[in-house]
Amino acid sequence: MTEHQASEHVHEVLPPILELQSVTKRFDNVLALHDVSMQINPGEVHCLLGDNGAGKSTLIKIFSGVHQQTSGNMCLEGASISFANPREARDRGIATVHQGAGVLPLMSVARNFFVGSEPTRGKGVLRRMDMAEARRVSLEQIQALGIRRVEDADQLVGTLSGGERQALAISRALYFGARVLILDEPTAALGVREAQTVLKLIRRVRHRGVAVVLVTHNAYHALAVGDRFTILIHGEAADSFVQGERTREEVLNLMAGGEELEDLQLELEEIDAEFTPSA
Amino acid sequence: MIGSQPVSPRPIGGRHRLRRMIYRPEFGALLAALVVYGFFAWGTRGNGFVTLNGTASWMNSTAELGILAVPVALLLIGGEFDLSIGAMVGMTSIILAAGTTHYELPIGISILTAVLVGAAVGLINGFTTVKTGLPSFIVTLGMMMAILGTSLGLARTLVGSPIVSLNTEGFFESLFASRWRQFNVSILWWFAVAALATWVLARTRTGNWILATGGDTQAAREAGVPTDRVKIGLFVAVSLGAVLVGVIQALEFNSGDVSRGTAFIFNTIIASVIGGVLLRGGYGSAVGAVLGATTFGVVSVGIFYTGWETDWAQLFLGVLLFAAVLANSFFRKLALSR
Repeated sequence: MTEHQASEHVHEVLPPILELQSVTKRFDNVLALHDVSMQINPGEVHCLLGDNGAGKSTLIKIFSGVHQQTSGNMCLEGASISFANPREARDRGIATVHQGAGVLPLMSVARNFFVGSEPTRGKGVLRRMDMAEARRVSLEQIQALGIRRVEDADQLVGTLSGGERQALAISRALYFGARVLILDEPTAALGVREAQTVLKLIRRVRHRGVAVVLVTHNAYHALAVGDRFTILIHGEAADSFVQGERTREEVLNLMAGGEELEDLQLELEEIDAEFTPSA
Repeated sequence: MIGSQPVSPRPIGGRHRLRRMIYRPEFGALLAALVVYGFFAWGTRGNGFVTLNGTASWMNSTAELGILAVPVALLLIGGEFDLSIGAMVGMTSIILAAGTTHYELPIGISILTAVLVGAAVGLINGFTTVKTGLPSFIVTLGMMMAILGTSLGLARTLVGSPIVSLNTEGFFESLFASRWRQFNVSILWWFAVAALATWVLARTRTGNWILATGGDTQAAREAGVPTDRVKIGLFVAVSLGAVLVGVIQALEFNSGDVSRGTAFIFNTIIASVIGGVLLRGGYGSAVGAVLGATTFGVVSVGIFYTGWETDWAQLFLGVLLFAAVLANSFFRKLALSR
């Protein structure tokens, strides 16, 4: 806990690395995001919570250069910026890891780690992949995230668990210079144990001073690792708070739209009543 | 706690190396090649299959298939098909025969023309596939018909027959069609092509890109792999492989024949698949294609030495293909479950 408070203290002096100011995104007649403002800080995990269709995907696609906002402003380190494509965003240090981690199951750990940015040695026609370097770096980087079970850089990625694949993708993004790491539902397809592995990964990444945007609809996972939270409902930032300001019940109610959950409770009781033999 | 589990070091030494070998994509193909060779060597003992001439016989047959099976394997690993290679082999032989006999051009110029046509065909196949997003199966099927039609039309217009004779001697003859005892020089071409493909696939970054592109084009593109360029390059390589085989056959048989390459279309795919190449891409090796072609060649030629009706060779190959696919699938699962 002391560690947490210490880092909290540091963040007050650091400016946000990425910031949205009244961002609105419209697809034809559909309003996907309306007047959303949020700040992403280095060394913090910013959880983006919301139901399916609440606008989480649209929002991270604006961060990562897939979409451009219709109105409003995005700032990178205080300067207004707009990414024409995902490549531009990545070159500026904004990396996205999706649920499937974007890995290739039938290729080795070392080959996966460097796909698209292979280290080479030799010149001219003898220019070749530096496999020794690829093996060494990939294992070192994955193990630095606390994943000890991956110890053979030649094993196929298909042999790794879901959590280990996330670790591969995250360590790759960090190695190639990510300062903002967007994790899109990293725990959604995982079992309890694997999800814990990923949450621990996130904590380690945060301590390295990386800004993490964690997209999830799992309030438990979010509250476990999050520093700051934004809840999206129908494209609007319905609430925004820091760790400790809301209870789990409050968060769950907010995500479900509050009243709807109470309605559900009443309807469930009505069903129970139907099946209760009248004494 | 997951993190506190003791780390068990992997076994090292001989057993480790054996396990590594089993996990390689061509392990099943190695077994198939050995079993099939052993079967024919033992089954036809005394008939000359294992003599120098017998060996030359299956190697000659294997070499031409192998020259083309190797780039086809790379293309399959990259996630695409090319059905136009057979027609390209035929067209090359027509270009050589018509150019040399009808226009009386030096054979070198005819070969250069065939190379340029082959490169153009590969580029068109590649661009059409990546730009339209249509399955390469359909794109190259269309290309196959187009090339067949063109070669047939040219041959009939220029010479009046779909088979054109060709006589040549000298440098190009020895480069593509010379022999040592019964061994054709095409065997050396086969080894050269295989060595080059192995180097590219296993050792260069292009090889990493080919595996990634075939494994998951979208993920590869997101990681910065120029997937379109990779695919177009592979189509050109396969097409040039077909030109090489076409040149070798034209000079070897002293004729051009429109329909000569037809058998290569499926035989190269069969050789690749026996060799452990995954038909949907992303997995396989050039050595596998070499072993697959060898197995194919040993069966097709070995059947002659048994004294059986050669009609049975097809049945044998069919069963073999099925068994090899099952074995490869088994070994791949093994590599994925360790």
